[in-house]
Amino acid sequence: MAKDAIIQLEHLQKQFGNNAVLNDINMAVYPGQTVSIIGASGSGKSTMLRCINRLETPSGGRILFHGQDVQARGFKLADYRARVGMVFQSFNLFNNMTALENCMVGQITVQGVNRQQAKERAMQYLRKVGMEPYIHAKPRQLSGGQKQRVAIARALAMQPEVLLFDEPTSALDPQMVGEVLAVMRALAEEGLTMLVVTHEMAFARDVSDHVIFMADGVIAEEGTPAQLFESPREEKTKQFLSRFLQQ
Amino acid sequence: MAFLRDVYTILVEYYPQLLAGVKNTLLIALTGTVAGLLIGLLTGVVRTAPLSGNPMLRALHKILNAIIAVYVEIFRGTPMMVQAMVIYWGYAFATQGNTLALLPSGILIVSINTGAYMAEIVRGGIISIDRGQFEGAMSIGMSHTQTMLRVIIPQVLRNILPAVSNEFVINIKDTSVLNVIGVTELYYFAGIIKRQNFQTFQTYMVVCVLYFIMTFTITCLLRFVERKLEGKDTYTIFGSQSSSKAQIQIRNGEG
Repeated sequence: MAKDAIIQLEHLQKQFGNNAVLNDINMAVYPGQTVSIIGASGSGKSTMLRCINRLETPSGGRILFHGQDVQARGFKLADYRARVGMVFQSFNLFNNMTALENCMVGQITVQGVNRQQAKERAMQYLRKVGMEPYIHAKPRQLSGGQKQRVAIARALAMQPEVLLFDEPTSALDPQMVGEVLAVMRALAEEGLTMLVVTHEMAFARDVSDHVIFMADGVIAEEGTPAQLFESPREEKTKQFLSRFLQQ
Repeated sequence: MAFLRDVYTILVEYYPQLLAGVKNTLLIALTGTVAGLLIGLLTGVVRTAPLSGNPMLRALHKILNAIIAVYVEIFRGTPMMVQAMVIYWGYAFATQGNTLALLPSGILIVSINTGAYMAEIVRGGIISIDRGQFEGAMSIGMSHTQTMLRVIIPQVLRNILPAVSNEFVINIKDTSVLNVIGVTELYYFAGIIKRQNFQTFQTYMVVCVLYFIMTFTITCLLRFVERKLEGKDTYTIFGSQSSSKAQIQIRNGEG
């Protein structure tokens, strides 16, 4: 089983100064899976995701991509990042480019795709997320939900094997949350492999195949959504989910 | 009335000199500002680049940073008039009496001096760009150089344009100090004219107005460029806003 994992974390650790944010994290993401990571703010969810994409450098442990250590000498980081997409809470669209250019620049600079092909591919994904009408808009002219959909299209345009979502809806109002979650739901149904850090419990419960609950820098509990949401074993999990479950 | 007549005479009699002065002043200021901006971009990119993991490159980078820091402090901390004397006569001293051509010397001095200020302006411009822009680029695999060229520098240039305009205007005025080494800019010619007609006030009044016309024109021009760079406020929507071709249909309140 372990061999087939796209991404595998072994004893991952991260410290900021003497503050241990991640402690001995072990997990794996398999092709086609949607894995949700839930937990209180400050529990290390985002840091873990950022370590996977090497936006943060882990302090210890290993991150394997198809069994290859992503921190090994000579590992092609740019290729790896192109194959592991990331969607941020704050969108991080390039402000000096239109929606279309945002989805083209990575293909052209990183993958060496020619302009015409890059444009076609960008259009394909912008259409997919329903942003085709806005291809010539700059990020500052778009709403939060629209920006996030373009950001998803930008990540998809690189045709990644797995997409990491770092609280993609936390900066949005409820209606915009809806439009972004609809896109993510559709992607999950298509079988895209996704690792989603989220505070949207309904999404974690209904869409994911596997849910990880993090607390104080460790994986406190994990399992299928049914296990975790209906019969959590750990006291911490029960406490964290109590507000959501009462609704 | 006598004043206006004097001014008129100065303009008619000395217009070739005045024109040559204006031309050289603009040439030195423009070239110096552009070259200074290039110096600023180069040093700004070097200083904000992440340190390499390779110990050799890392050491080299630190030495380069130190050199840039010393350059910036020295050229910001001394008057350009003194820099002009030191560089021009320093070259003459080192080569036993050879001197550099005047106009290129002037351009060189203004460039180096402006570069020191631009280094700080560009560095400020780069560090004021949201980290998310870097992370967005990194997350799709762009290298630091690609990120700089495609994403960061275009935004930095737009943001620092007001500061760059400011430097340009300062340079138009400050080229006047180059008369100490005899560069034939506008102020130098004013001195020549004054010594011929003994009308100090009238002559410098004319020169004063000429300087103002230059700086004001440049200010207006660059403000226009700034507005152009802002880009259009509007964009064209293609098809209906709720595109029926979208594979994923967005309905309000879903999720």
